[in-house]
Amino acid sequence: MDDKTRHILECLEEDARTSHEKIAAMTGLTVDGVSKRVKELEDAGVIRKYKTVIDWDMAGDEYVYAVIELKVTLERKLGYQDLVERLYKFPEVRSVRLLSGQYDLSLTVSGKSMKEVAFFVAEKISTLEQVQHTTTHFVLKTYKEDGVILYEQDHVTRLLVTP
Amino acid sequence: MRKACNSSEFVADVMKKVPPSGIRRYFDLASEIDDVISLGVGEPDYVTPWHIREACIHSLECGETSYTSNYGLIELREEISNLFSTKYGVDYNPASEILVTSGVSEALDVAIRAITNPGDEIIVVQPSYVAYVPSVMFAGGVPVIVSTKLENNFKLTAEELESAITDKTKAVIINYPNNPTGATMGREDFEAIADVVCEHDIMVISDEVYDCLTYNGGHTCFSSLEGMRDRTILLNGFSKAYAMTGFRMAYAMANPKIISAMMLIHQYSMLCAPITAQIGAIEALKNGTNEMEKMVRDYDRRRHLIISGLNKIGLDCFEPKGAFYAFPSIKNTGLTSDQFAERLLNEQKVVTIPGNVFGEAGTGFLRCSYATSREEIEKALERIGAFVDSL
Repeated sequence: MDDKTRHILECLEEDARTSHEKIAAMTGLTVDGVSKRVKELEDAGVIRKYKTVIDWDMAGDEYVYAVIELKVTLERKLGYQDLVERLYKFPEVRSVRLLSGQYDLSLTVSGKSMKEVAFFVAEKISTLEQVQHTTTHFVLKTYKEDGVILYEQDHVTRLLVTP
Repeated sequence: MRKACNSSEFVADVMKKVPPSGIRRYFDLASEIDDVISLGVGEPDYVTPWHIREACIHSLECGETSYTSNYGLIELREEISNLFSTKYGVDYNPASEILVTSGVSEALDVAIRAITNPGDEIIVVQPSYVAYVPSVMFAGGVPVIVSTKLENNFKLTAEELESAITDKTKAVIINYPNNPTGATMGREDFEAIADVVCEHDIMVISDEVYDCLTYNGGHTCFSSLEGMRDRTILLNGFSKAYAMTGFRMAYAMANPKIISAMMLIHQYSMLCAPITAQIGAIEALKNGTNEMEKMVRDYDRRRHLIISGLNKIGLDCFEPKGAFYAFPSIKNTGLTSDQFAERLLNEQKVVTIPGNVFGEAGTGFLRCSYATSREEIEKALERIGAFVDSL
């Protein structure tokens, strides 16, 4: 990856709404040059999506999140792919990761209530043939989401003028 | 009744000759105004990376609170030695050629005192950091000013240096990347300086505290030039690269004869740099490169933003290739640097530092630090634009 591309990606990762004009001013590229590169990065799938990080607790919504650890048995030939595809099609499943260690897969699941999440796991996940064992951890509080700290911090102030 | 004490009579003569820093005045002016945007800060706006702070906290928990060797922790000196060997191909013996100090300010003071006899001339290249001239005066030396010029991109030329050298010249202080101009010097630029320095048999004190903040190409370490290692006192520190200003962590590197002389002053004054900060510095060198490089890329983006912004406003700004300062000319506004900075502060609430604070060579310029958030830079540019339009 060249320097300019890294600059563009870091700008957009920091703030997806950064305009191409602003990125141009910050990188020394032309606006057209930025747009062209962004389009290429989108087409190549490097840039997947532009999203908003929302503190749903603060928004007053009753979302409940849980991290589910899955221990699975694998079928010949299919590996994890078949199971993973079945899992990620559920809209309740927010993320799916293959892990090293004691468990195989980790899911993040959301629902309106603990009951709803618990039933979803019991009915839709545990019943899958390959799933041997599930452990559900309900999320009590999110302190940091995708690199963004979700609570107010005191700002440290510098002196206004220093040499 | 006992005789009253006239305290001012006791203050040494040299103190009366050293003017207070011009920066201080702007601090006082700015402190009285609300909603100020400051481009006047010569330090990173980042907090020290957490892994560095965490290493310091852990060391305190473990009870690491003692003095260290006067030279500094050997582990830190070894890390510094490795860094210079791999990064610049210049070798310093960690046992005898590196002195850990409390900030480059201390390293500078000690370096000057270690080589200066009363009346020795020390050349200061301006625009320069505000401490150079006073440090020479405190040491009993005579500061001799060399002014660099915009037309040379504020690089020091061999001719300029040579014209300032006399029989009494002992050393020249250089600082690239430069505060306040952001100017850098490449290898070829330095070769010409090295020739003059050798020919006239003088020392170089090279303050390279901004070496990691170099854009468009790498930094040239002065002591890495052929024959310059033993002729250079190399100063560097952690403040700018690792956002560690308050830790006061720096070092000097030179020939053992020079370092021993510096050590004498350091050992009888500072004794050693604070151990907690030294442990933080070790962590910075061991594991801090990624975060440091990320900060540097961010400065680079802000650099583009502020330079293009200032040029659009009509304040001519040469492209600074290092540090985190823009140094636009305000000559075409018809105002002096002081008038411009003071009116900009009063009328638009933006703090900048007039260039003349950094020496005569800075007259007609303004130092704008871009070590502040993108939002603040954008707001400051709007306000500066409104101010220039109102003239």
